Amino acid sequence: MTIRENYIVPKRFNTIAFTLMVIGLLTIVGLYATHGSKEDPIAQARFWGSLLQNSVYFLLVVNAAMFFICATTLAWGGWQMSFRRVAEAVSACVPVVGTICGVILLLICFGGNHEIFHWTDAEHVKHDKILSFKAGFLNKGFFAAMTVATIVLWSLLGWKMRKLSRSIDDKPLNVEESKKYIWKNTVWAAVYIIVFSLTVMSSIPWLWLMSIDAHWYSTMYSWYTFASTFVAGVALITLFVVFLKNNNYLELTNEEHLHDLGKFMFAFSVFWTYLWFSQFMLIWYANIPEETTYFKPRAQGIYSGIFWLMFIINFLAPLLILMRRGAKRNYTTVTFMALLIIFGHWLDFFQMVFPGHQKDKVPMMLWDFGVALGFVGLIMFLTGRALSKSPLLAKNHPFIKESVIHHT
Amino acid sequence: MAVQKFITGNFYDEAVLFPAVKKVRRGGYKIHEVFTPFPIHGLDKAMGLRDTSLHTAGFIYAITGTATAVGFITWALTVDWQINFGGKPFFALPAWIPITFELTVLFAAVGMVLTFCYLCQLAPFVRKDHFNLRSTDDTFVLVLECTDKTNDAEAMSFLQSIGGQDVQVQYKETGWWLGRYDKDTKRFERKAEAAH
Repeated sequence: MTIRENYIVPKRFNTIAFTLMVIGLLTIVGLYATHGSKEDPIAQARFWGSLLQNSVYFLLVVNAAMFFICATTLAWGGWQMSFRRVAEAVSACVPVVGTICGVILLLICFGGNHEIFHWTDAEHVKHDKILSFKAGFLNKGFFAAMTVATIVLWSLLGWKMRKLSRSIDDKPLNVEESKKYIWKNTVWAAVYIIVFSLTVMSSIPWLWLMSIDAHWYSTMYSWYTFASTFVAGVALITLFVVFLKNNNYLELTNEEHLHDLGKFMFAFSVFWTYLWFSQFMLIWYANIPEETTYFKPRAQGIYSGIFWLMFIINFLAPLLILMRRGAKRNYTTVTFMALLIIFGHWLDFFQMVFPGHQKDKVPMMLWDFGVALGFVGLIMFLTGRALSKSPLLAKNHPFIKESVIHHT
Repeated sequence: MAVQKFITGNFYDEAVLFPAVKKVRRGGYKIHEVFTPFPIHGLDKAMGLRDTSLHTAGFIYAITGTATAVGFITWALTVDWQINFGGKPFFALPAWIPITFELTVLFAAVGMVLTFCYLCQLAPFVRKDHFNLRSTDDTFVLVLECTDKTNDAEAMSFLQSIGGQDVQVQYKETGWWLGRYDKDTKRFERKAEAAH
């Protein structure tokens, strides 16, 4: 079997990517003209909320690809090795998307609009008992420092992992070197996981998303956000794997690997539901007003339509459709489900961001969808570029054979 | 319960076993079973076994569990004995989800274990013949089923030619019986009957 190692980005792929990016930019301009430039702070918040939702969502999704690599590396997994470069290429979007996201977050934080982040209003915080109590955590300085540090650390550690992976492309390793190489990989993956658990799994969703509803809090929130982005991240990796398979690349990846990716999508969809429900049920049961305010508009108020749509897309559909073994090994079904899951968790982020400040009516979602298309185009372009830069197969990795003979 | 004739061969290497399984199937012999001390990935495919339906059974058990939990709690708390818990409606579905989930898992787990035991004929005091004790230790034992028309010598030399070692003709009870391996003599008498 000949292996096509070097991916060449088709012209049409980049044309589509750039078209999507242009659509995204036009939507942002349109949204600014109709909402962002208005005097009304709530209309402004609608503009910034759209940027916040999309940039944070897509940053966490591409960053989940690096988490996928590091988690499997730490577990000494071998099965993912035949398509590991795809996950690496997706994670290569983190520096660019992260910079965009960081700029947007800092603009919202320091921009003078207090509708999204109430706690940035110093006058208001003085008279607000709860917010002044939380000021040690929710203040502009800490927010900015955490945001910058987090994005820089994700980018640097991701870059280090990708560099380690590429470093052995030209030299086969002997047994001793292999052991050292695996150990080195394990250590760096562990460092990344520690940073990841201190950011995505705990503090970052509190700062970036939960602080929109600054009075409300939930310790499960970050875990639930993580589950949301991880399942979407795996879906994104799957989409690129299927895309490359369709173009006759990734000869060593077959339906056994697809089956495992499908299992991840199935399992983490259920995991997301479990976390969402665990968060909801305790609050529903205790029925304390300051806690139920979060769920009232989302599950029972004007946003409940989106909630039920999300419930079907993110839970019922993956549970029932991906349950069968045959479905997880079928390229069409898995592609369809991956697209559905990415859209469903984008809706979940819509639910996180907008009900906090758009209380009177649900904003028209087409605008946000346009912005999302822009990010999709950006991720397509960046991933395609990263894929074409290094060989598609990490052929000298000690675990590569495990992936070739992988069998579920 | 029928005593049947089998031809067995030992294999020491997966790299020999896999081509052998393929050749046996192509040669028109029927494989009764391949006994291995540990699961070998891909062997089921090589032997042409169909996928197990244990999953389907599991799904049915799980749905039964869900229905039982939701049905019973609904009946108990909305029809039979209504209790006001903190002003919640009597039909308080979110509070029942954990129990529903647990019952779903319980039904699926217990049901699947019992079904698995039934399919593999595993139960206390139930015994089955095995062909070669070394299949629990370090060798793979390939067992061919014989019919009246099978030429023993030909089949044995065929099994030897594809890498089988210690090739034997054995008469075995195919079903299960109640008893003990060391005390039970009945099956050996039957073997003698079937031999001529």
